[in-house]
Amino acid sequence: MAEASDPKAGATAGTGWPRWLRLPPVLGMVLALLAIWYVAVVPMNVKEVLTAAERAGVEVSPPSAVDRRDMGNWALVLRNPHALGDSWSSDRPKLPAPHQVLVELYDSTIDEELNGRRGIVRSGTLSNRSLVYHALVTLNATFLGFLIGALLGVGLAVGIVHSRVMDMSVMPWAIVSQTIPIVALAPMIIVVLYSIGVQGLIPKAVISAYLSFFPVVVGMVKGLRSPDAMQMDLMRTYSAPTASVLTKLRLPSSIPYLFASLKIAIAASLVGAIVGELPVQKGGLGARMLAGSYYGQTAQIWAALLVAAALAALLVYAIAALERRTLRRMGMMP
Amino acid sequence: MLSDEEIKNWPEAGTATTAPVIRADHLDLTFQTNDGPVHALKDVSLDIAKGSFVSFIGPSGCGKTTFLRCIAALEHPTGGSLTVNGMTPDEARRARAYGYVFQAAGLYPWRTIGRNIALPLEIMGYSRAEQAERVARVLELVELSGFEKKFPWQLSGGMQQRASIARALAFDADILLMDEPFGALDEIVRDRLNEELLKLWDKTEKTIGFVTHSIPEAVYLSTHIVVMSPRPGRITDVIESPLPKERPLDIRDTPEFIEIAHRVREGLRAGYEE
Amino acid sequence: MTLVIFAVLLWAVGFGVNVVLANGPARDTGAVRLAVPLIFGLTILGMWELIVRGMQVSTVILPPPSLIAASFAENLGTLWGDFVQTILKGALSGYIFGCGAAFVTALLVDRSDYLRRGLLPLGNFMAALPIVGTAPILVMWFGFGWQSKAAVVVLMVYFPMLVNTVAGLSETTSMQRDLMRTYAATWGQTLWTLRLPAALPFVFNGLKICSTLALIGAIVAEFFGSPTLGLGFRISTSIGQLDLGMVWSAILVSALSGTVFYGLVALAERRTTFWHASHRGGR
Ligand SMILES: Nc1ncnc2c1ncn2[C@@H]1O[C@H](COP(=O)(O)OP(=O)(O)O)[C@@H](O)[C@H]1O
Ligand SMILES: [Mg+2]
Repeated sequence: MAEASDPKAGATAGTGWPRWLRLPPVLGMVLALLAIWYVAVVPMNVKEVLTAAERAGVEVSPPSAVDRRDMGNWALVLRNPHALGDSWSSDRPKLPAPHQVLVELYDSTIDEELNGRRGIVRSGTLSNRSLVYHALVTLNATFLGFLIGALLGVGLAVGIVHSRVMDMSVMPWAIVSQTIPIVALAPMIIVVLYSIGVQGLIPKAVISAYLSFFPVVVGMVKGLRSPDAMQMDLMRTYSAPTASVLTKLRLPSSIPYLFASLKIAIAASLVGAIVGELPVQKGGLGARMLAGSYYGQTAQIWAALLVAAALAALLVYAIAALERRTLRRMGMMP
Repeated sequence: MLSDEEIKNWPEAGTATTAPVIRADHLDLTFQTNDGPVHALKDVSLDIAKGSFVSFIGPSGCGKTTFLRCIAALEHPTGGSLTVNGMTPDEARRARAYGYVFQAAGLYPWRTIGRNIALPLEIMGYSRAEQAERVARVLELVELSGFEKKFPWQLSGGMQQRASIARALAFDADILLMDEPFGALDEIVRDRLNEELLKLWDKTEKTIGFVTHSIPEAVYLSTHIVVMSPRPGRITDVIESPLPKERPLDIRDTPEFIEIAHRVREGLRAGYEE
Repeated sequence: MTLVIFAVLLWAVGFGVNVVLANGPARDTGAVRLAVPLIFGLTILGMWELIVRGMQVSTVILPPPSLIAASFAENLGTLWGDFVQTILKGALSGYIFGCGAAFVTALLVDRSDYLRRGLLPLGNFMAALPIVGTAPILVMWFGFGWQSKAAVVVLMVYFPMLVNTVAGLSETTSMQRDLMRTYAATWGQTLWTLRLPAALPFVFNGLKICSTLALIGAIVAEFFGSPTLGLGFRISTSIGQLDLGMVWSAILVSALSGTVFYGLVALAERRTTFWHASHRGGR
């Protein structure tokens, strides 16, 4: 067996490729994933493609669709290499090719808004068939829920740190609540709020708030308790009142913890908003996904998924940027 | 080829009758860093004879650690040659010639003291019976019998450091390299460990390379004291100790001891003023 | 109305008892640490019952705990079937497969610096995405059975586990690596004696995060289609029938499963990483 390689040597050693062929690692991985995706499209869609080819008069083996149904996808690919030309452009693919998803994404965002009858250019309002509109619907609920959840979370954490009773009675439940799948509550919250006349943005925001609440509580309690004994003793020698200890020592020390939990909370908040859109089909990315799965529009699901992913990345990135700026201004980061 | 004069001036540690265990010849090492090259070792030539106890002393950054790491093949010289038992350092490492004691004990927290000491034995494929026997023996040697089942974090710093020495003694390496092993300990514990280390060296007849910051420690322990100076790191003096092999702690109050300590201090100062 | 007053009284009593306990002489004993949250929980339950009955809240909006308990006891058989379908078949199989695959990938990736530097940022990125969104696609591919739920779970747990394991495997100090070098230890020996044990706290952190994600994935995937059993199915259909007692029972089963699942992983963690600084305090 090979001996453990020197970690320092490993970092600079070449992989045997000429330098100009060596891609930056992340780019290399993304390209590899795209390549795998394109290859996977062929076996995933082979049955539909062969059926279409048969209809167009191409000879396929075995000729009967019933026989084909029970065969493995790869076996069909190997037996019909000549009939697979349409794999990457089939109408209702099980797995759309990446460029099909991009086309759908373009059609349902830019094209719909610029050229569509209900688009913003012709009607003055965002089209309810465009992903821009649905993304904004989801984003609204995400933000509102996140704001409520984060504020309540910080408030409860301050209470827990200052009151032994609250600490001992609430904290164990807050920790346990992290272990349960809270989204299971989502459909019930939506329906119950609907039955008492609350609908639209609020129910989704409630779910989002609920999901973002607990990470903030747990993170902030940790953060508010992070000053060490020496720092606390210093405050005691000043005979500082509790409020000053909170504002001058505890809150500033908790900022890194706050941002760490806010990043988790906003991602959870987005998931909450999406799941909250499933039971009531009134717009939003979750509704788009469910509609796509009802009508077999895979490209539509993928496009909505891509937008959701972009939103999540953007939101987490925004908080990370805010974190960097804040910490730098506080002198906690170079 | 070396000139006659160079051979005559060759710094030597240990008696010349046996072939040296470690032989460094015009050793050079330059680190490439972001702030430009750092010349850590320049023209270092030194012979270490079998069974000698060699201390390296000098201010921070003079290359003591780097030299020790070169011997153990943890660092690769950029010039000159270095042989250990007639082999390259890397071959010697593969032949498991080294016991290395780092500045911190570095015991694995998930293993008991006994299993920590057995770690090199497991890796080198000793049988279970032999592992148990050797662990018991070295534990006794460092006076830790009875702590075999304890975890490192349940022991004091001095005890952890003794366990790490036991770990280096457990297998049959003929060279023991120690990089400021007692640097983080208090004076009293340090004295005791110094005494024990001398006894160990006497019993096992290993060749020891020992890095220290402390002049009394260097003089008390060594047969040879190598004085180094920084920028670039090099050897400025090699002092052979006339002290007897038997060294009680109060030997440190004798005139001979004070005389050598004085010489070391002069050497260190000369290195600075150059 | 009297019931509501009783609820307020109950709150006052429960709170008073907790204040006395939490500030009393025995406040740091294990019994009090257990009793205070339990009293708090029971007080909330009691108030819930009293207020719902006192204000005559419709059971379609919020059923009282007694009704939920009755519904739970009545439907034990159904709920057990749902538990097996969602938790054991969907979540657990996906969890084991996903975490296992991520662990193996981490070991492979770890040997190549290029792969590690490429996959780690990507994995971090993927771990933050709303992967539950893939549920409709996977349900379409793998059908309504538990296999599609397991597939969603695999996708959800894969990246958090991968990122944690890779981070854990590089969690050794240079001194520890140098030590292994002086022993001329092989790659396998270094992995087994040093890097895997050092990675354990990270691995368990990943396993704990993933235990919750697995349940979320399995339940949400059922909202997109399932056979006529499963916790997600039960919740969404019982809501349609306005059988809130059943909804809450299913939620109770998911909550209990989640806590027990997490508790088991945490127990295994305590057993194997007792040496880590974060666990030593109490010993
Ligand atoms: N891995 C390294 N990379 C770059 N420079 C190093 C490295 N190791 C040591 N040095 C530099 O080499 C010089 C000698 O270091 P060292 O041998 O650790 O000194 P000592 O142990 O005598 O205090 C120092 O200037 C140090 O900064
Ligand atoms: Mg050093």
